Amino acid sequence: MTLNRKNKILAGLATAALILIGRLFVIQIVDDSYKIDASNNSMVYSTIYPTRGIIYDRNGKILVGNKVAYDILVTPKEVSKFDTLALGKALGVTPEFIRDKMAEYYRNRRKIGYQSVVMLKQLPPETYMRFAELAYKFPGFRGQPRSIRQYPYNAGGNLLGYVSEVNSRYIESHHGEYKAGDYAGMTGIEATCEKYLKGEKGYKIYLRDSRNRIESSYRDGEMDKEAIPGKDIVATIDAELQHYGQELMQNKVGSLVAIEPSTGEILALISSPGIDVDVLADIGSHYNSILSDPLKPMFNRAVQASYPPGSVFKLVNALIGLQEGVLTPQTEYPCHMGYRYGNRKMACHDHRSPIDMEESIMMSCNAYYCYVLRSVLENPEYGSVPLALAKWDEYAASFGFGHKLGSDFPSELGGDIPTPELYDRMYGEGRWKATNIISLSIGQGEIGCTPLHLANLCAIMANRGFYYTPHIIKSSGDVKIDPKYTERRYTMVDTSYFPAVVEGMYRAVNGGFNSGATATVAAVEGLDICGKTGTAQNPHGDDNSVFICFAPKDNPEIAVAAYIEHGSFGARWAAPIASLLTEKYLTGGIKDSRKPLEKRMMEGVLLDKVNDK
Amino acid sequence: MNAYRGNGFLKTVDWALVVTYLLLVLIGWVNIYASIHSSEPASVFDFSCRSGKQFVWIVSALGIAGVILFIINPRAWESMSVLFYAATILLLVAVIFFGVEVKGSRSWFEFGPVRFQPAEISKISTSLLLATVMSQIGYRLNNPRNFIATALIILLPMLIIIAQSETGSALVYVGFVFMLYREGLSGWLLFMIGMAILLFILTLTVSPFASMLVLAGVVTLCSALESGKLKRWSLAVLPVITFLAFLPSIIKWASGMMEEPGGFIGRLRPMYFFAAAAVTGVLFYAYRAYRERSLFKLGAIASFIAGILFVMSVDFLFHDVLQDHQRKRIEVLLGLKDDPSGVGYNVNQSMIAIGSGGLAGKGFLHGTQTTYGFVPEQSTDFIFCTIGEEWGFIGAASVILLYVFLIWRILRDAEKSREAFTRIYGYCVACCIFMHLFINIGMTMGLVPVIGIPLPLLSYGGSSLWTFTAMIFIFIALVSNEKRYL
Repeated sequence: MTLNRKNKILAGLATAALILIGRLFVIQIVDDSYKIDASNNSMVYSTIYPTRGIIYDRNGKILVGNKVAYDILVTPKEVSKFDTLALGKALGVTPEFIRDKMAEYYRNRRKIGYQSVVMLKQLPPETYMRFAELAYKFPGFRGQPRSIRQYPYNAGGNLLGYVSEVNSRYIESHHGEYKAGDYAGMTGIEATCEKYLKGEKGYKIYLRDSRNRIESSYRDGEMDKEAIPGKDIVATIDAELQHYGQELMQNKVGSLVAIEPSTGEILALISSPGIDVDVLADIGSHYNSILSDPLKPMFNRAVQASYPPGSVFKLVNALIGLQEGVLTPQTEYPCHMGYRYGNRKMACHDHRSPIDMEESIMMSCNAYYCYVLRSVLENPEYGSVPLALAKWDEYAASFGFGHKLGSDFPSELGGDIPTPELYDRMYGEGRWKATNIISLSIGQGEIGCTPLHLANLCAIMANRGFYYTPHIIKSSGDVKIDPKYTERRYTMVDTSYFPAVVEGMYRAVNGGFNSGATATVAAVEGLDICGKTGTAQNPHGDDNSVFICFAPKDNPEIAVAAYIEHGSFGARWAAPIASLLTEKYLTGGIKDSRKPLEKRMMEGVLLDKVNDK
Repeated sequence: MNAYRGNGFLKTVDWALVVTYLLLVLIGWVNIYASIHSSEPASVFDFSCRSGKQFVWIVSALGIAGVILFIINPRAWESMSVLFYAATILLLVAVIFFGVEVKGSRSWFEFGPVRFQPAEISKISTSLLLATVMSQIGYRLNNPRNFIATALIILLPMLIIIAQSETGSALVYVGFVFMLYREGLSGWLLFMIGMAILLFILTLTVSPFASMLVLAGVVTLCSALESGKLKRWSLAVLPVITFLAFLPSIIKWASGMMEEPGGFIGRLRPMYFFAAAAVTGVLFYAYRAYRERSLFKLGAIASFIAGILFVMSVDFLFHDVLQDHQRKRIEVLLGLKDDPSGVGYNVNQSMIAIGSGGLAGKGFLHGTQTTYGFVPEQSTDFIFCTIGEEWGFIGAASVILLYVFLIWRILRDAEKSREAFTRIYGYCVACCIFMHLFINIGMTMGLVPVIGIPLPLLSYGGSSLWTFTAMIFIFIALVSNEKRYL
């Protein structure tokens, strides 16, 4: 036989066949470790579930911990006749329940085969102990410990999110990672940090003898795998502050968001009505009632609701005017109960006239901002109103409006800022002027933002011109947050224009009674709170009450946005609530003189005003 | 030329092939029945079960075989191959957009209850087109234009299939290199592919450093063998490489001896030494190549540099080109990682099932591992487990030998043929069957990463059965036709 190519190929074929047969020989005849002999022995896999990582607050308090619960597993093939009544009593269920389940397993016996199925989930240890004492009477039934969530603080229900068993859709969309019976974080921090929190499952392999008794560990546990616990997470949340905020917001619809301006860390994020942590721990049995609640407690208003910002937006317009050079802090405009354009009028409240820019913020004058917006939009430098509006859009976007801020929160809403194209569609191209869109001056009209956007605006004011992307996870241990959260983001307005506007905010709170200042109710002696009220129209009823504030004026430590649906004037509900939260954070308590205000806020009920039909 | 030679049809068909084919299909059907068999037996013809459905597939496959043998003029395959190939490529592209998603890849068309995978047909059409192109008069594989055309014919469907995330099916096309080798492809290319695989594994399991050392050793050894200077190589190059191999431990030991950590020796990296040696070596070889006008040496230098680049890019290939699940499978196979989500579980279960079969097996329908649902995909990709468990070493080895016989018989017929078209097509068929066989059985025994491709003719599924039936019977028809008319 010559060594031509044909024969070389045949030799290769023979070699490959020898490799396969040799390997076959090794695992079937030589190596005993793969043998489970002919006496029908087989292996039992027992899953070891990892404990989920703990979520801490910024001060090291546990927001979400773990406790042990037991699942009851059945291997239908191993079950012999048993006392249904006694088992039902031990497990705390009716005998019918057990009979139904057994009948169901019998129907699916082909599919189940020798596998175990879960009959009951998350039994408390007491119940399990009762069962365990009697377990010898019930062959085929066994308990499997697994850890479930526990919430030491009633703080941050929506924010934390819940953990539940994965469904088939979830398993499919995360191919390979989950199996039926696994748990995963579905919303909030539990969902965003799933990859850290979940840990890795392990398993133990046992051998079963011909009489279905577990005999020994397979290959001395060589193939077993330890479960790896999930990694712990540190949230930027302050548990106390979050809890206090929830108390302030009870029985009101809206949001309260607090940010540390110097880092962008979210200190508290409250959406009301929210989900109690008790409900969170047992989400399965409450799920339907939550979904049918008209006030939508699952809906995280702080990041998912789009509201008009109202007069708070005057801050942005003032800054744009200053940067564009069409406004100076000394510019004065008159206001006689409003601003007339054509045969229409934008109403304003009664205050002295004329006023300069600081006073316009302090008193929240509508007319003043009509002048400001007109001079921005009709700036000859841009040639036309649409081009000037496009520039205005750029400014607004640089403050974070109109797009997702990019926080680490799932399902954040981007909000809207109106583009020239939008108005072209609404009015026809070239058929609209500055006066058609004059409500943008006071944060009304085609503009929408989330409470998180407003809190971020407040942080920008506190920092005099920049922000850090708001986030709720801190770096700790193995968990490193995205570097984008430590980058300063400057607005398009020069930082030198901010102090004058901040001064206006300071005077709005600390101007004293009878000065025309809108937010004197928020003043706390010694804290130097700076704020801006807003009253945003709500087509479904009473106006929304809006307030943003930060404190102290120099080196601010907290920036707060409060948005209370149907709360009427900003000063009525939002300003007191935001200022109480600020006071609590900075001083740890509430001054006696403000206790009555605190009581009034906590007891206030605004739910009956909600009419979202 | 097409003179009828008086040989009857029945005389010219290679019955050994047909019988082997039938045997394999039958073994498949019986074992599919065994693999779905549980303690409550159903009939083998129960059409709600896979064994019943497979019966339908088998009957229809025999129908296809009949049509190919008796109705279609075997001459048509050559003339239709271009059209056929173009149509398959269109289908392959269309399936990405219109196919249904199965296990994360879009490679199936679905018509009601019937699913089919264009990637299967493209094996036939690629083989046919290769045979057509390569059997042209004046075709020479070593002619660059011809070579590129051939490579494109193979690579085009392969790349589209990779785009469908069916890397496993694409791997089968690599098998065509054996056919190319038979047709005169340089053995060096085959050797290089083998080296690339070796370097890939070494880089991931040991270290890039070790991998580069092996590369340097092999390249210099080849060069020494070529110029007959083996002695000089073992005196000059081998000691250097051996020294470098121990260098990491030497440095570790030396820096352990030093007082302060992070001193001069602690900061030394074995890679620096290797780089120095490599640069010297390359310069030396370049000088020699220039002096001797040796193309071989130039080639050696080029392949050395290419090899180094390859090793450096393996990390990138591995982490950025491969998909998550494929990477995981390779990691598990190479023992780099325990299997977090049970990739190794399948292989472990499959090996236990096979291993527990012993010499003679547990007997038909008496397997415990396979019937109790421990082995996943046991009637499709892992059908070999059932055979191994129930029929033991004797049965499983016989099945492998049966395949070897099938492949050998195809190669024999191909070699005997006087037509290049038949020969090349036969080699293509043999290569496809071989790749499927080796990857599938290797996978069930933990030799090859878990790559989901079926065992030809045995695994459950119509798409694959029809394809291999058509492939084999086209070949049988070609051979028979040639005997009758040529």
